[in-house]
This record gives sequence, structure tokens and C-alpha cells, in this order.
Amino acid sequence: MGKELQVAALENGTAIDHIPVDAVFKVVSLLQLQKLQNRITIGNNLKSSKMGSKGIIKVSDKFFREDELNRIALVAPNVNLNIIRNFEVVEKKKVILPDEIIEIMKCNNPKCITNNEPMKTRFHVTDKENVELQCHYCEVKVKKEDIVLQ
Amino acid sequence: MGIKSLVNIDDYDKDDIYRIIKSASLFKQNPNRNLLQGKVCATLFFEPSTRTRLSFETAVNRLRGRIIGFSDAATSSSTKGESLKDTIMMVSNYADLIIMRHHLEGSARYASEISPIPVINAGDGSNQHPTQTMLDLFTIYETQGTLEDLTITIVGDLKYGRAVHSLIQGLSHFRPRFNFVAPEELHIPDKYKTFCENHQIPYKEFTEFSPEAINSADILYMTRVQKERFTDLMEYEKVKNIYILHNRMLDDSKENLKVLHPLPRVKEINQDVDANPKAYYFQQAKNGMYTRQAIICDLMKIGG
Repeated sequence: MGKELQVAALENGTAIDHIPVDAVFKVVSLLQLQKLQNRITIGNNLKSSKMGSKGIIKVSDKFFREDELNRIALVAPNVNLNIIRNFEVVEKKKVILPDEIIEIMKCNNPKCITNNEPMKTRFHVTDKENVELQCHYCEVKVKKEDIVLQ
Repeated sequence: MGIKSLVNIDDYDKDDIYRIIKSASLFKQNPNRNLLQGKVCATLFFEPSTRTRLSFETAVNRLRGRIIGFSDAATSSSTKGESLKDTIMMVSNYADLIIMRHHLEGSARYASEISPIPVINAGDGSNQHPTQTMLDLFTIYETQGTLEDLTITIVGDLKYGRAVHSLIQGLSHFRPRFNFVAPEELHIPDKYKTFCENHQIPYKEFTEFSPEAINSADILYMTRVQKERFTDLMEYEKVKNIYILHNRMLDDSKENLKVLHPLPRVKEINQDVDANPKAYYFQQAKNGMYTRQAIICDLMKIGG
């Protein structure tokens, strides 16, 4: 392997590194990357000294809003975000799970009103460390591994 | 103070609970008053519940309020595909208060967020039924003279029993001690054990309906063990007769003990208990009407 880059370098944009391999495509969906026209590089099952294997996403010429990036914390709380300008990392960020999650995920309870009315879902984050949420409406708790994105 | 709707028993703090109890005891002394004259209350029962609906409607009628509504979703526009939102918006054009029962969980919270008039949750699926909890608390206060430092033994289906879960939450302000008596399959969920631990509430768990659980109690709260809750019917056959209260089992119970039940009762309290002065479930059901009068007037800011 040597020093060879596993994914091409980015001139300007956002690099999301150290994504767990099972979360890469969830991150794609959370950031709605499929709707972007920008150049996007997605790598998965790459070697990582920290994680064994990892995913990485690089989006050219795109600088996301903080609240957009924080959504990632739902599925991958420990990713590294690098903001890149002119091939240089100008800012490193961590994602922070917000206190409330609106619209992004579905309630797992089929008898919840949110699964039966045209309305926005709303969850309170009850445990930031372990990513546990509670539906604002039916009060059912959702664990990280049970999160279903909309 | 000043809440707009009652969706969850947690919407009431300790002061709110005492205020409603005080008001309910005044309604019990004098339930027929003109307080709701000129007001229209809507009872929207998307799911039938005759007992709860009659209790609410009698509460309103005795205060001279008028009732509109339906007792079954089959007679409402929801069968035509109308959304809950639209039904609530329409009804709030006509009425001053909505009393709502719905099979979907969270429906009452949603209704309270979109409705310009107060909403009372009369049961949303297996989630919440706060007026049941308030009538339980009123009855406990009435029979014990206090809500503080009581031992409550709860028997039966502690896993799915909505009334049980809300009662634990409602009593948490008052330093209770709980005995949870349930078969293995229906024991109290970890969520509520953690809740007790977080609130420094001592509890004991029993799988047998033992004399210790009965004789230490100030309140014996019986619930129904429902056959349909069991995945293993052999298990149901084994336990179905264990959690039945017979009059002789109360011989060594405390003088102040009262036996409560959210009703309907099936077999879990033998009829020989009914004549015992410690049996209080029918008075408890009647207290529902006074408690609902108190809650309705409180939400509508009408002095009781």
C-alpha cells in the first residue's frame, strides 16, 4: 500500500472520515447526497489503523450547515469531519447529537400516530452517549441499532 | 398550573395533582352545578370505550354542559380517510373542549399541538390514560387521608397495563413503596424499575400472590391478567388462577387497606370480596366522574 491514497485528494469541500462501514450509505442518505450535482467520492471497506476498516465520503465544493452535519451523529457519532480548502485541511470538526431530531427518522412503533398521519416525526435524545431516543408522540424508546431513517 | 391540555400524567406536577384532588372532593359533595352552562364539549371516541365515555359525558351533563361527538370511528369521517388533523380542526370550530380516545399512540399529543382548544386524552392506544390515574390518586387520597409514604401492592399484568405504568409515574411525587406481583411473562418492564430507582422509590417483586404482599399494603391495586397477552398458553393456564383475590386472603390485611381495580373486572377479584368494606373499586369508578369534572373545569379555567 505504501503512502498511496485510497481515495483521491480533495481540492475544496468536506471530507467525512472514519465512518463505520455499516453506516456509510446511511450517511449518504442523511446528507441527501443523492440529490447533489457535486463530485462525490465514496469509499468503503478501506483499511484503517484505528478501526480495522472504515468508510470515507468526500464531497467537492460543498460546505454543509452544522445542523446537517450533526444528523450524522445518529448513525456515526465518532466520524471526523475535515473542511478542505485548496488541498489543505482548514478545519476539523466532530459531530454533536442534537437534543431533538425532527423529521429525519421514523418511529418504530407501527401504532404511533406519526406512522399514520401526514406529519413530521419528532424525537427527544434521552441518552447522547449511547444514542437513545424517545418518540415525542407515542413515547416509545428507540436504540441506536433500531434507528430507521425516513 | 395553566396547562392547556392533559395528555400525559406527567403534565401534572405535585401541586397540580393536589389542586385537582381538592376540586374533585368538592364536586363529590356537590356534583350538580351550572358551571358548564353554554359550553360545548366534544367527545371524540375513535375507539369505543363505553365506560370512559359515559363517565366523561355524565361529568359534563351534571355541570349543564352540552355534548357533541361520536362513540365509534365508524360514525366519523375518519372512515372516509379524513386525517386526524382535519377532524380536530373542524371540531375545534364548534366546541370549547375536546375529549378524545384513539387507538393510535401519540394521537392525543398531536391533537393537543394542533388544536386551539384544550384536549383531554381519554386513552391513546396502550400509551396514556391520565384521567384514570387522577381518579386513582383521588381515591387513594380519599381513603388514606394522604398520598405520602404509602405501600402500594400492584397485582396482575404489570407489563402491558397502562393504568399501572401511569400510576407509578403519578405516585412518584409522594415517596411510595411498591410491591409488584406478576407472573414471569408479565413482570414490570425494566423501564419502570429504572424509573423507581431514579426516584429513590423502593420496590419488591413477587411472582406469588403472597400474604406478605397483601398484608404490608395500604392499597391493593388489582388488574386483569389477559389471556391474549401470553405467547405461551401453557404459561397462562399455569398462572391464571394464582392472581385471584379471595375474601379470606384479606383476613390479616391492614385496617386501612383498600382494594382498587381500574375495571372491568373478570375473575381476578372473587365476588365474595365485594361485600368487604375494604373493597373500593365501585366507589373508585364513581370517583372518576368527580375527577373528570375537576379536570374539565380546571382546563377550561372555570372555578369549581
